[in-house]
Amino acid sequence: MPLLEIRNLKTYFFTTKGIVKAVDDVSLSIERGETLGLAGESGCGKSTLAYSIIRLIPPPGKIVSGNIFFEGEDILRLSEEEFRTKIRMKKISMIFQGALHGLTPVYTVGYQLLEVFKYHSNIEESKAKEIIVDTVKLVGLDPSILKRYPHELSGGQKQRIMICMAILLKPPLVIADEPTTALDVIVQAQILNLLKELQAKFNISIILITHDLGIIAELADKIAIMYAGKIVEYGKSMDIYKDPLHPYTQKLIRSIPRLKEDVNKLEFIPGLPPDLRNPPSGCRFHPRCPFAMEICKRVEPELIEIKPNHYVACHLYGK
Amino acid sequence: MVNMENQIVTLINVKKYFQIRRGIWGTIRRLPILYAKAVDGVSLAIYEGETLALVGESGSGKTTLGRLILKLIDVTEGYIFFKDILVNSLKGEELKSYRRNVQIIFQDPYGTLDPRYTIGGALKEPLIIHKIAKSSTERMEIVSKILEEVKLVPPDEFMRRFPHQLSGGQRQRVAIAKALILNPKFIVADEPVSMLDVSIRAEILELMKSLKEKFNLTYLYITHDLSTARYIANRIAIMYLGKIVEIGPAGQVIDDPFHPYTQALIAAVPEPNPENKFRMRELKIIGEIPSSVFIPSGCRFHPRCPFAMEICKRVEPELIEIKPNHYVACHLYSGNKRYEDTINIPDKFSEIISIRSSKA
Repeated sequence: MPLLEIRNLKTYFFTTKGIVKAVDDVSLSIERGETLGLAGESGCGKSTLAYSIIRLIPPPGKIVSGNIFFEGEDILRLSEEEFRTKIRMKKISMIFQGALHGLTPVYTVGYQLLEVFKYHSNIEESKAKEIIVDTVKLVGLDPSILKRYPHELSGGQKQRIMICMAILLKPPLVIADEPTTALDVIVQAQILNLLKELQAKFNISIILITHDLGIIAELADKIAIMYAGKIVEYGKSMDIYKDPLHPYTQKLIRSIPRLKEDVNKLEFIPGLPPDLRNPPSGCRFHPRCPFAMEICKRVEPELIEIKPNHYVACHLYGK
Repeated sequence: MVNMENQIVTLINVKKYFQIRRGIWGTIRRLPILYAKAVDGVSLAIYEGETLALVGESGSGKTTLGRLILKLIDVTEGYIFFKDILVNSLKGEELKSYRRNVQIIFQDPYGTLDPRYTIGGALKEPLIIHKIAKSSTERMEIVSKILEEVKLVPPDEFMRRFPHQLSGGQRQRVAIAKALILNPKFIVADEPVSMLDVSIRAEILELMKSLKEKFNLTYLYITHDLSTARYIANRIAIMYLGKIVEIGPAGQVIDDPFHPYTQALIAAVPEPNPENKFRMRELKIIGEIPSSVFIPSGCRFHPRCPFAMEICKRVEPELIEIKPNHYVACHLYSGNKRYEDTINIPDKFSEIISIRSSKA
């Protein structure tokens, strides 16, 4: 049984200007100890997918249909109260995007970490404080930091505190939404190393969300490429980097500027990601696809297994 | 083409210190006044037609340096020349005409455009300020031409749009158009692609490259991202805590870096190689960039440097040539040619500068 299984999830935003289909029929699964990389351009729905898993979709967003099974239990059927006490932070936690602003400026770091216990567990305070000190050491910080306020910390330290918060209750699944976006390269590498270490130590599963395929390569076992609310390619990290099948994935990988190779001309994807209120008919990528055929405009391709454990939704690969 | 004879922008020992507010309590107690030394003695020559990438972490002073060149802020010490004009003392009309030659592209495409102006209105502004074009129709022609150059077509449609109707990539194109509309010679591009998706970055970089050829521009490309720097730049300068620690041809600095800091930066860059999953990044240096208020003595990198020696704590190293045109400020290496000596000072100023520096 996979740790987390998402089946036909649909999350829509009901705005005054129409329905935005941010996540449209997505199915995924993740095993214990595995890292899933979720990649795509801004606005493809990858963050919404993450917020759906932890059930924090801001209104007017709503999970319309689908199931999310965590250790076999459908967590979308739980009441908000049950979800908060049983699942959130304890079983599934999240490192938010823009985490540098994720701490309140008016409380000390230690107090904010203690709050996690207050809302999500009933461990007594002295024990909780012990756990906090241990976890802070684990993420490579000195416990004296607990008495400080967020503005006294550097970007890297804040991000370490956010990671510390996410693993406080030792959840088996951590969702990391762009965990290194605002950080410098050296700090970014330090944070990625830290995530690798924690994963090796506690066998945590991670869902890593980013638009940067260079970062996903550092961590992921599996990769799902998302485009306009749909998964267009899904497979093992090795397969996707070495032999990308979907034209979108191919373009994404070729658009990364490499440090060590002399590239004369970078490839890019012409056009814009579609408006999710009114996505193109057929394959949603067809207006930007160099290989678009007649059928692509009419028929939406399904995600099918082309090679063992390598799925792609594209008419170029038919049965 | 790059012409190593013609310096377009020259910086001589430029410093910018920001005073730190002491607050009421600090003033009453007469605490010492502290300064953040954002730029602390940079000498640099930028040649006509080149793209020089200025690479550093946040807090290294790279953005401050860009702003100094535009005279958006004033230098604390040192001289900045544009060709043979001394930028330090420009005022009024002279400053205005200088700004026609030197423009900037900012980092944040969401914050730089006024939400109440249409794109056409925003692009018209500089034309009005600088009294270019006689009539409004002529201005509109210029605007639509520049929109075409940055590939926002059809221009008539984009002119009528408001910033919120554009994507991040399109806004950055507007920012580029705005920088180009006065036909400048030199452009400071301050992290122009760092807020964009990787897939869109390539397109903007390509655009910047082709515009440079077309309009004969010189770029100072400020970034923290070495891979885009390599892609767009002819030369790379690495900045650390207000000083340049290494400068040289782009390919050489990346393939064969000398300074331990440059080496660490390069080792930290993620590469799209799935095998990286199975190894830890080897980071020889620890911690983060210290505050620019308390700069370490000697070589400012020594507390984080894995090769620090006794001398590093005492003596500040100078930029010296290790390979042709490749200069490093590090005590691990020795050489005779100082980078500073390769910079030409415009003739009419050479005297003043030598007198002042000998006094100091």
